[in-house]
Amino acid sequence: MSDMAEMPVAVAVLVGLLVVGGAALTAAGCLGLARLGTFYERIHAPTLGTSFGALLVLAGSAVYFTAGGGRLAVHEVLIFVFVSITTPVTLMLLAQAALHRDRAEGSDEVPPPIDSDAA
Amino acid sequence: MSRILPYPALAAALLVMWLLLNQSVAPGQMLLGSIVGVLAALAMAALRPEKPRIRRLGLVLRLVALVTIDVARSNLAVARIVLAGGRREQTSAFLHVPLRLTDRHGLAVLACIVTATPGSAWLEYSPARSCVLIHVLDLIDEQQWIDTLTNRYETLLLEIFQ
Repeated sequence: MSDMAEMPVAVAVLVGLLVVGGAALTAAGCLGLARLGTFYERIHAPTLGTSFGALLVLAGSAVYFTAGGGRLAVHEVLIFVFVSITTPVTLMLLAQAALHRDRAEGSDEVPPPIDSDAA
Repeated sequence: MSRILPYPALAAALLVMWLLLNQSVAPGQMLLGSIVGVLAALAMAALRPEKPRIRRLGLVLRLVALVTIDVARSNLAVARIVLAGGRREQTSAFLHVPLRLTDRHGLAVLACIVTATPGSAWLEYSPARSCVLIHVLDLIDEQQWIDTLTNRYETLLLEIFQ
């Protein structure tokens, strides 16, 4: 495993851009989680980190270890596949729980169940 | 064939995952991975789930490409909204979208696509009314959203699964 200093400049720049780009998107997502107003708005923020945030960081990792290790390193693909399959499921469960709670409290902010006649 | 290997695609996917995790294509790892894949496929068969029928594999690639482009675009859009902070007007809203898609696997894929895309989340589906409740972070034109969802994704998923 070589370090960044021994790498061709172009590769090092590419890895840097990918990792910083991914980290910036993830940071924006985290900021959104803190900044946005309602629960249903906040549910949109973490997907920044789990979609292109993760994709860019993992791509950076794949390029770095492929260039530095001298062999193809693509097992990052697995991380991305599992993150992008499992996060939506968790978010949908959280959203359903929030909907159920808000309806039980009789909140006006959420629409009634689709199956009820009011929908 | 189907009794020995009931879910060939699942077994193959598990073998690929095993090889990726071990970072090796040595014969020993191939053998171990195959055993894991076949055993998992047999376990899956014991659960007897409804088998998905993917009719047109080429369209799957087109769907992946479409989703990638849309997710990239909405990543930037949501990042901009977040960074703009409190200076924006309240535009998030709930939205009912009627669907023609009824296949369970197709609906699962659509739910994951919608939720994984920043800026939209799948909240509730009613099989009785074939209607889905979606929450959109930046809702400007309701009809445009419904059109995007039904024309861009649902049509493709209908062709793939139904």
